[in-house]
Amino acid sequence: MTLKKLINNPDDVVREALQGVAAAHSDVKVHIDPHYVVRADAPVKGKVGIVSGGGSGHEPMHGGFVGMGMLDAACPGEVFTSPTPDQMLEATKAVSGGAGVLHIVKNYTGDVMNFEMAADLGQTEGIEVEAVVIDDDVAVQDSLYTAGRRGVGATVLAEKICGAAAEAKSSLADVAELCRKVNSQSRSMGMALTSCVTPGAGKATFDLGEDEMEIGIGIHGEPGRERKQIAPASEIVEQMAAAIVDDGPFEQGDEVLAFVNGMGGTPLIELYIVYNELNKLLDGRGINITRNLIGSYITSLEMAGCSITLLKLDDELTKLWDAPVNTTGLRWGA
Amino acid sequence: MSASAVTGADVVRWIELYASTIAENKGYLTELDSAIGDADHGSNMNRGMNAVVEKIGDDPGDDIGGLLKTVGMTLVSKVGGAGGPLYGTLFMQMGAATAGKSELSVEDWSAALQAALKGVKARGKAEPGDKTMIDALTPAAEALSKAAAQSTSFTDALKAAESAAEEGMKATIPLVARKGRASYLGERSAGHQDPGATSTYLLMKTASEVLGSSSD
Repeated sequence: MTLKKLINNPDDVVREALQGVAAAHSDVKVHIDPHYVVRADAPVKGKVGIVSGGGSGHEPMHGGFVGMGMLDAACPGEVFTSPTPDQMLEATKAVSGGAGVLHIVKNYTGDVMNFEMAADLGQTEGIEVEAVVIDDDVAVQDSLYTAGRRGVGATVLAEKICGAAAEAKSSLADVAELCRKVNSQSRSMGMALTSCVTPGAGKATFDLGEDEMEIGIGIHGEPGRERKQIAPASEIVEQMAAAIVDDGPFEQGDEVLAFVNGMGGTPLIELYIVYNELNKLLDGRGINITRNLIGSYITSLEMAGCSITLLKLDDELTKLWDAPVNTTGLRWGA
Repeated sequence: MSASAVTGADVVRWIELYASTIAENKGYLTELDSAIGDADHGSNMNRGMNAVVEKIGDDPGDDIGGLLKTVGMTLVSKVGGAGGPLYGTLFMQMGAATAGKSELSVEDWSAALQAALKGVKARGKAEPGDKTMIDALTPAAEALSKAAAQSTSFTDALKAAESAAEEGMKATIPLVARKGRASYLGERSAGHQDPGATSTYLLMKTASEVLGSSSD
């Protein structure tokens, strides 16, 4: 089978994309081998440095969120593969401005283990490192018998909100606590209409029938809760929203941020249909969407589908969400 | 080469054979991983082992522990995913257990594998039956301990470890995964062989092929 992708060689995908980022954006610096993207003005003296990272293939997350008001550095791994401790250590050193460094880690076995090793290495270099693990995906049962819930959409929100707090010179302990708060007040769920194709494997990660969808999909094509016949957007959104609201801290009268995210292969016009359905449903439950984010921010290569994330807001979170941000992926007020 | 010990050069040949075996089985490992994981185990291990072979070169030096530590550090920095920290830890622990030695007896080998098992369990927090590489590594380490205690020949000890790892690997098929990405599948992970247990079996198989034939 021919690999139908705009690439040169599967082994060079990550490096060549990073070289493209370097050529395109002067606000960030790209370090090749070990790979990391860092703010051009790093380290910012007296500011908590925020480092995230994960497998590539979820762009613009994380590299696209490096810049003023969000991440100080991002470590891209191979496609769908956690980055390595040496990358994370170099990125941590590059953003250490004397106030400590926060690692925002998505809850996947590899990510957690590699970031743990990196935090150990950072401490030996005399840098105070705190790590917060994001696990907001309600599709996965959290139990002793699984690796726990996956980190998905809340990661983007946590990176934005913590970035704003760090910019305002909050302490490492406060930024870490804020990150845990965003995580605990967020819930997400995804769905897929088609599979993604990793450059390495060259074929669909999972088989989905022409008329089927997977509810509860993970951002690496991991299966979710159930596979069923495709249905109208209203029914799909109803199932996802119910799962999110019932699991989370959301009550009548609450204000929320609603994040409708495209998986990479779904056009914006469909995401707005999803948002419209979500807005009606939440309105019916007396939950007010006071902030929103609609677009493809945490993707799964060319997978078609979407995810929905709700974050329960308060004045603090709303203010930090509204604060200026200047990255290639998110930009306002700056 | 002495009759009952392996040298640094043997260890280099083992690493090289493991690298070429991983390259041959890259598609197979990725296929196993796409059934219950994220379809990258073959390519990740292949990238790591290629880097290892390049790094260690032809000169084994006279410290097998140092050599194995270099293998582990290279895997940690090149593989990523869960495989990087886990295989990196495996080799680093083997290295720590054999530090300063220029020859390994069957007892040394067994002690190194026990250290590796302990390290991998601590890093990944997995236990036997979780459907991970531990399910192949545990019986292999046990078989080696037993063989070492009974003064079995190096060849027979390594063969026993290989068979035990193979059985352990096959025994992962009906298991429901409790660690790693496969655990998200719950019951749906049953019926598939664990890719990590498979790459661990290949590690024991190549050890038996290279070290077994050279040590007697």
